[in-house]
Amino acid sequence: MNKVVSSADEAVADIASGSTIMLGGFGLCGIPENLIAALVRRGITGLNTISNNMGVDGFGMGLMLEAGMIASHVGSYVGENRRLEQLVLKGELDLTLIPQGTLAERIRAGGAGIPAFYVPTGLGTVVAEGKETRKIGDRTYVLEHALHADFALIKAWKGDRLGNLVYRKTARNFNPAMATAADLTIAEVEELVEPGELDPDHIVTPGIYVNRILVGEKYLKPIESKFIRAGGAA
Amino acid sequence: MTGKERIARRIAREFKDGFYVNLGIGLPTMIAGYIPAGIDVMFQSENGMLGVGGPPTPEQEDPDLINAGKQTVTEIPGCSFFGSEESFAMIRGGHMDMSILGAMQVDEKGNLANWTIPGKMVKGMGGAMDLVAGARRVIVAMEHQTKEGASRILRQCTLPLTGQSVVHDIVTELCWIHVTPEGLVLTEVAEGLSAADVQARTEARLIVSPELREMTV
Repeated sequence: MNKVVSSADEAVADIASGSTIMLGGFGLCGIPENLIAALVRRGITGLNTISNNMGVDGFGMGLMLEAGMIASHVGSYVGENRRLEQLVLKGELDLTLIPQGTLAERIRAGGAGIPAFYVPTGLGTVVAEGKETRKIGDRTYVLEHALHADFALIKAWKGDRLGNLVYRKTARNFNPAMATAADLTIAEVEELVEPGELDPDHIVTPGIYVNRILVGEKYLKPIESKFIRAGGAA
Repeated sequence: MTGKERIARRIAREFKDGFYVNLGIGLPTMIAGYIPAGIDVMFQSENGMLGVGGPPTPEQEDPDLINAGKQTVTEIPGCSFFGSEESFAMIRGGHMDMSILGAMQVDEKGNLANWTIPGKMVKGMGGAMDLVAGARRVIVAMEHQTKEGASRILRQCTLPLTGQSVVHDIVTELCWIHVTPEGLVLTEVAEGLSAADVQARTEARLIVSPELREMTV
């Protein structure tokens, strides 16, 4: 078994226009930089994206937006992207904003064979409009449905050719859940190791969820909000 | 002392040893700087971390280590990392002792609006709706009035809600207000102010607590 692909372009070669794609990351942290760049090179359009954010103007998914590739987006926060705000206010992009925890759980459910579930989140707000509610015990809950995608593009720290993955610090975020919730999952990693090198007790995403694995190059990892200790003392 | 610092210092005094707390972006983040001596609090960041430390030195800065405001942070000993689905299971499941967040409007029923201005602002609610639905105690930390001098504590919120009847307490530079089924109870006022002074700057009706006291910070 060898899931390693030799280039980012090869990894995304069969992603067609109109596909639904999940993209991992929180802000610019833990995003599949190389796979996004390859998607932009492919120049496909009409994509339905699912991702917590939308990058920033000029980086991450912001590049896909600027290339006019995205028709609709489901996420929880897009405040760092002015261009998106303009497109939405003009009615040129279909944006669905949902609570971050509901987004994460809908993705988890999509990978776990759970079609829908009840949450207390958003009751009495626009998020619950048109949705089924149900009183269980003394609280009322909102029915939320699972999310599923054609492709998931995710970023991990280390992986092996079987697709086992470990993540680094807060770059984990949505990546493991998304890995489970697509027909085809493509992971890019900073380092490829031999099977057995990752401690089986520490593997976060077991290889069963991963179809292709790519060693990414030249990670830029821009920091959105530099916040340094005053005076520089620890 | 600025008004924001006064708010941060007062709320920090509510922490008990062993608390797990989520701090919202902006003013609430300042609270971490005023934890009383001898109190250990674990801060959670909804992007997947428990045990968030202060800002890094330039040498410690790590793009893989950020808080929910996308600011670089550090680890404290005993911190842990997890995925977003687990982070929100922790929040929704009632495991957070306290969630402290900012607001644009709060009203007499404890309704909170802090995520959108229709037609003007397309940003998103992030994790705010999950936090207010799941935390055991929700404290709103905000300046009492807008820059234009309008009350943020209203009879009824006019902006789209983040949560319905979710706020337990409101803390501003002027006062502490406890939300009850009967309405908003004024429990503390800042030094030199009377209950009438606070009411004059508040649209919502305030019930003055018989145990009204000065807000010490």
